[in-house]
Amino acid sequence: MATASVATHDTAHDHHDHEHHDNFVTKYIFSTDHKMIGKQFLVTGIFWAIIGGFLSILFRLQLGFPEMNLEFLRPLLGGWIDESGALDPTFYLALVTMHGTIMVFFVLTAGLSGTFSNFLIPLQIGARDMASGFMNMLSYWFFFMSSVIMFISLFIKTGPAGGGWVVYPPLSALEQAIPGSGLGMTLWLIAMTFFIASSLLGGINYITTVINLRTKGMSFSRLPLTIWAFFLTAVIGLLSFPVLFAAALLLVFDRSFGTSFYLSDIYIGGEALPNTGGSPVLYQHLFWFLGHPEVYIVLLPALGITSEVIATNSRKPIFGYKAMIISMLGITILSFIVWAHHMFVSGMNPFLGSIFMFLTLIIAVPSAVKVFNYLTTLWRGNLIFTPAMLFSIGLVSFFISGGLTGIFLGNSAIDIQLHDTYFVVAHFHLVMGSASFFGLLAGVYHWFPKMFGRMMDARLGYIHFWLTFVGVYMVFFPMHYIGIAGFPRRYYSWTNFEFTNMYTDLNMFVSVAAIITFSAQFIFLFNFFYSMYRGRKATLNPWRSNTLEWTTPINPGHGNWPGEIPTVYRWPYDYSKPGAPEDFIPQTVPLSATPESNLPHEQEQVKLEMEIMKEESEVLVANESKH
Amino acid sequence: MYGFLIAVGVLLLLSIIWMVYRIQTLVSVVKGSDKKIATGSNKVNAILFVLFLLGTGILMFWYSIKEFDNYQLPVASEHGVLTDQLFWITMAVTGVVFLITHVLLFIFPYKYQYKEDRKATFYPDNNKLEIIWTVVPGVVLAGLVISGWMAWSDITAPAPEKAHVIEIMGYQFAWDVRYAGKDNVLGDYDYRLTSAQNSHGVDFSDKNAIDDFPSPVVVIPKGEPVLFKIRARDVLHSVFAPHMRLKMDAVPGMPTRFWFVPTKTTAEMREELGNPEFNYEIACTEICGRGHNGMRKVIEVVEPAAYQKWLSEQKSFIQNNPALAKGLESDVKELAEIQ
Repeated sequence: MATASVATHDTAHDHHDHEHHDNFVTKYIFSTDHKMIGKQFLVTGIFWAIIGGFLSILFRLQLGFPEMNLEFLRPLLGGWIDESGALDPTFYLALVTMHGTIMVFFVLTAGLSGTFSNFLIPLQIGARDMASGFMNMLSYWFFFMSSVIMFISLFIKTGPAGGGWVVYPPLSALEQAIPGSGLGMTLWLIAMTFFIASSLLGGINYITTVINLRTKGMSFSRLPLTIWAFFLTAVIGLLSFPVLFAAALLLVFDRSFGTSFYLSDIYIGGEALPNTGGSPVLYQHLFWFLGHPEVYIVLLPALGITSEVIATNSRKPIFGYKAMIISMLGITILSFIVWAHHMFVSGMNPFLGSIFMFLTLIIAVPSAVKVFNYLTTLWRGNLIFTPAMLFSIGLVSFFISGGLTGIFLGNSAIDIQLHDTYFVVAHFHLVMGSASFFGLLAGVYHWFPKMFGRMMDARLGYIHFWLTFVGVYMVFFPMHYIGIAGFPRRYYSWTNFEFTNMYTDLNMFVSVAAIITFSAQFIFLFNFFYSMYRGRKATLNPWRSNTLEWTTPINPGHGNWPGEIPTVYRWPYDYSKPGAPEDFIPQTVPLSATPESNLPHEQEQVKLEMEIMKEESEVLVANESKH
Repeated sequence: MYGFLIAVGVLLLLSIIWMVYRIQTLVSVVKGSDKKIATGSNKVNAILFVLFLLGTGILMFWYSIKEFDNYQLPVASEHGVLTDQLFWITMAVTGVVFLITHVLLFIFPYKYQYKEDRKATFYPDNNKLEIIWTVVPGVVLAGLVISGWMAWSDITAPAPEKAHVIEIMGYQFAWDVRYAGKDNVLGDYDYRLTSAQNSHGVDFSDKNAIDDFPSPVVVIPKGEPVLFKIRARDVLHSVFAPHMRLKMDAVPGMPTRFWFVPTKTTAEMREELGNPEFNYEIACTEICGRGHNGMRKVIEVVEPAAYQKWLSEQKSFIQNNPALAKGLESDVKELAEIQ
């Protein structure tokens, strides 16, 4: 024990003995500092969110105002606007495809998990950096490569991939079927390969760092829920992304090397293809083996962030810390065995459908537990509505609304009618899209002071929140009605059918709401970039929070803490503890320093803690005398 | 010119917003409200949550009731009545949860907004509560799942033997329909036989194929089981008959099926809805390319007697186009001609 701590002290000394001398390139571009990499992910994620949001505005214009002359978009879209000023139907499909791909992978996976796992894991567990800074840097640059390729695919002549974000073959495998399945699909596959590599490099790092680099006293039972969420997210990603890679690889083989993994009995463009024996349903199984866990990859970090923000701003411990962890573990495990609920009517064996229906509705239980725990955390709190807190409450609302509609869709008998209608669109945009997006925004508002040493403007934050919160509901709530009425998704227009030849008013309303909501995001963009340079200077611990990141200097350097890494003596949720003078006790305050507020079982730990501290100081003295 | 004026207007608007923003920032610095833990905005936000709850709540109830007949599609199949019932039971259960949780979620912010002289209640856990709200949703969900599972098992059970067999084949961008004919057995097909004359790729050397006939409309009898044999010949499609509560993917290389019993004829439904133009429709719900939103097929539900009459009037593929029988063995040919 003694020798081990001597060793750590030595490296700690070494660390701050020689200062880093970063030039522009090593500081801002090829940085191995987890904080800078987190910010790189964030800024790239924001860039993609603007693109992804803008694409959705384009197709919402088509759906809400089908008669509108889009001539003014010609400078941007060129030939995709036809002579009569209408959007090209093929490009419409490419738009929904790229909107999905960008939002799910580039914004809510890389932008959310990439940003906050990188930024917060070392800061909240008390580590100087990630286990491998170099791998971490690679992770960002693979993501960057992926982004560049995906971005280029938006501008090629045949258009980007257009088979829906799930890119089901044979549509995605046959260039004859849709022009987007040519070069656009090739670029999609290459970009996703880089993306998967990036996710894996990141994920391995997150897991290793959480397991190995926690500071003294930071046991797993004292980890903030954010870290638990990031850790489990990384585990899910590590186990599921390789399966997507396999699916993509087989698709590449089918597209380019004449194999028949997914292709069979196809007559297209006046000729019968030679492929036989393949199964499109195989692709769907492989895709959703990632696709469903992916939902939790984007959602869990948001829930982790929310747990932290709600506890801090309720000035109350998160209710049921252990139950929250068990719920997340449950969700992690169950997320791998529910994938086929996306395929109830895909033609797979109906018996399989029964099994997956049972498994799917089990996953609703841990989700319900989380909601009840959030509500109880708010109950009898002392709530401070920072923008982060508002977005967290908004997240819980979306999580409830979207989660409940999942109970309809998880029931295979009800899903027959609702599958691939707007009901599904409403469901997942609320529960995973908007909820995760709100988690991302809550995280940015909450940790902005730690990222840039300045505060974001709260009032602009409030305006941003209310416009976005109301806006999101106005966009997605009406879609439930449209979905119950049977409107299929990915339709360029609904006038070909009698049963969908209505609700033009409601679709117009949704489109207007979408445009307003999208515009409101520019308030955030202004606030973000303006505050980065001109915002009010942050204090050390602006939210009076317990976690470790607020013990670093206002602008922490590479290595995070100038001296020793602080030791942790308690869990992160000692808010409003009876007897304590303040309404928060940071994790670094020893139990022995707070006899007035210790609970009976903590009082027993004080003795143990004193012994360890005594041993510590002896070692320290011995160490000093050696120098 | 207009563009220039609009640009000036936007610039002016932005600069006004900018001024307001700067002024309010300076005012808040002067007032020192940036040093306070919670400013007056805290109260405003708390009230806004309650207003949001009331406003959207009223909007939701008003619209749901007003539009009920619009979004609630009439149902015209036996199993559809059952799945609709399940849908509304689930709606009732989740609706109650939705309301209770949201009332709490938006009332708590108002009730427990920050007050300097109050301290939050230190309430880290309660195992009893956790168990209650694990078990109760578990039991409720089990009830929903089991009723759903029973319905699902019945719907997906093998079709009755007497079911009328109809093949629906999807391609870019339409559906083609083939009836099994008098023997009620569809003839074999091979996608390599597909041609402009033979869109299904029917193998006419199979005796069962001889009486198969095409139809531009899906005609089915009321009250009798109908079996759709579904396939696709190029990419994925999905047969969606919204009024029948029927949906099944059409997969190239893997035939699928869905059977059901229609309960109302087209004429009856027209009368019920007071819409003489009404038609049952089939749409595609699996993205399949440029014309995805145009794959329409009409279903016509008729009385069983009318169906039998219609059936006897139909001409088989070979009768329509004797060239299809070319190259077949003579005994098959004879059979075809007798038909």
